Amino acid sequence: MKLTKLLTGAAVALGLAAGGALAQDKTKVGFVYVGPVGDGGWTYEHDQARKAVVEEFGDKVETVYVENVAEGPDAERVITQMALQGADLIFTTSFGYMDPTINVAKKFPDVKFEHATGYKRAENVSTYSARFYEGRAVQGTIAGHMTESNIVGYIGSYPIPEVIRGINSAYIHAKKVNPDVEFKIVWAFTWFDPAKEADAAKVLIEQGADVILQHTDSTAPQAAAQAAGNVVTFGQASDMAEYAPFPRVSSIIDDWAPYYIARTKAVMDGTWSSVDTWDGIGPGMVGIGEISDAVPAEVKAEALALKDAMASGEYHPFTGPLKKQDGSDFLAEGETADDGTLAGMNFYVEGIEGSIPE
Amino acid sequence: MDLSAINPVLLIASLMVAATPLLLAAIGELVVEKSGVLNLGVEGMMIVGAIAGFAAAVETGSPLMGFVAAAVAGAALSLLFAGLTQLALANQVASGLALTLFGLGLSALMGQRYVGVKPPQMARVDLPLLSDLPILGRILFSHDVVLYFGIALTAAVWAVLKFTRAGLILRAVGENHEAAHALGYKVVKIRTLAILFGGACAGLGGAYISLIRVPQWTEGMTAGIGWIALALVVFASWKPWRALLGAYLFGGVTVVQLNLQAAGVAIPVEYLAMSPYLITILVLVILSADKSSAPASLGRSFHASR
Repeated sequence: MKLTKLLTGAAVALGLAAGGALAQDKTKVGFVYVGPVGDGGWTYEHDQARKAVVEEFGDKVETVYVENVAEGPDAERVITQMALQGADLIFTTSFGYMDPTINVAKKFPDVKFEHATGYKRAENVSTYSARFYEGRAVQGTIAGHMTESNIVGYIGSYPIPEVIRGINSAYIHAKKVNPDVEFKIVWAFTWFDPAKEADAAKVLIEQGADVILQHTDSTAPQAAAQAAGNVVTFGQASDMAEYAPFPRVSSIIDDWAPYYIARTKAVMDGTWSSVDTWDGIGPGMVGIGEISDAVPAEVKAEALALKDAMASGEYHPFTGPLKKQDGSDFLAEGETADDGTLAGMNFYVEGIEGSIPE
Repeated sequence: MDLSAINPVLLIASLMVAATPLLLAAIGELVVEKSGVLNLGVEGMMIVGAIAGFAAAVETGSPLMGFVAAAVAGAALSLLFAGLTQLALANQVASGLALTLFGLGLSALMGQRYVGVKPPQMARVDLPLLSDLPILGRILFSHDVVLYFGIALTAAVWAVLKFTRAGLILRAVGENHEAAHALGYKVVKIRTLAILFGGACAGLGGAYISLIRVPQWTEGMTAGIGWIALALVVFASWKPWRALLGAYLFGGVTVVQLNLQAAGVAIPVEYLAMSPYLITILVLVILSADKSSAPASLGRSFHASR
């Protein structure tokens, strides 16, 4: 009896020790997603990057993810749970996770947090985002050339600076190549709701739009455009190549993999520190999906030239002279917008009609 | 603001499409509730119908087969509910909620392979002459078969409930199951059949979303339409034609709201989003003074020994 007890005790102790040792060897990385990993857009790309992390480090990392996490209190619960389960590094991948991330980070000073697209940082919270507006400039250029009705439809998600920046950038560049262009903007108030996104696309098409830009995550607007037959779309967040070469003529691709790998490595090496990363086409965080043959060759060349100019840093999409919607001055001739202005952008540029919802 | 940008003909046509999944699910649930059973699992049955229909349509290449499969899948899931509530006498509210949660999870599992796949297209009905009529042709005569089926189903359910013996028995069971039992009607059997019908209709409604309205498969794509269908049955005070009216009203809210936005009219989205529920509450208040209230045995379990 005593012997068995002793043996069990020893076995348990051994097991614990081994378990502890194992846990120390592995770096645990958590991911919180706003949509399902199969959305074909935003969350899909974050999950591809998670897989890249697993591929890079193999047995040295363990990744966990939770999908379909609503922005708000539910997110705080999920992030807390992840931290309690021993995650060393947690990526929270939607704007609405900003406050929950900061709140949880206060309670877990030893866990590192990375919040996408937000602006609040702390000792153990970094922020990262991509300069999607550079991609929007390319889209705007193509859209301005491709539209025949001169009406471009834009499906917005939430009226936050990131989305407004995209609208402004697309509009500025569409206007540059086509002075008659007009933007119709519809706010879906969701990141992911295929039925609503499809409805929004149909409404825009019915009201005369023949180019649809989307800042929501599903491929439903692509399907709606395909059904309509003569409407141009662009892949959002992911290539959405299954709708190429038409209606999808190009895309913005988010490539998070290098960043996720670098940050995981930093945690492993103990060199992690709180930073604010905002990379664009140049460093490769924003990719432009292949421009299909549905786009005339000279338009394609123009779009690619613009892309290269932004990659090398010689051109900034927000370069003056630009005015705000109300006619007041925004940027003087040759002036470019600084990152602070861009990060908090809450106004349309001159020429866009309608108002931003509160 | 430019209201002239809204084309009323196209608006009504797309409103009818947006309303059809709601209508199908609501008509099914209406029959279930008329038999005295409250099935809160509409959302779950819809989404399972959506993926089952999508998968069947992709595998067979025929959208019609998809709709058949969706109806079967919806009915199969509702059979689980029928077993729980009619044989095991489980609480109907709890079982219904469980059915919704189960359906959402099951559909996500079934749908793993179908993300990003394109379904075969459902052809529009093209009636020579009629489809070419100005205005009416576009509004009334150039939709898909399922949309017409939904309207026909509404008429059929109305006629059966009002004029046939079967409808009378169904209503009797829903109003007073003990009296119906005393008359020799098989209460459990009748209710089970009603539940199966409701499941099949919800499945059809789900498949309409995944095969025609969107058309693609993504997790959680019904996004609360099942719940609106439940509210719709109450709004309609258990009358089929009012359900049709309500479906167009509720389904129309989204489409109208997006149209207004695109035309530059800024009505806060929150007001329009809550309007179906506000209307339902209002109708409930009015109903309380009205004779046509809920079936008397709604939500109560029946066992022959009591």
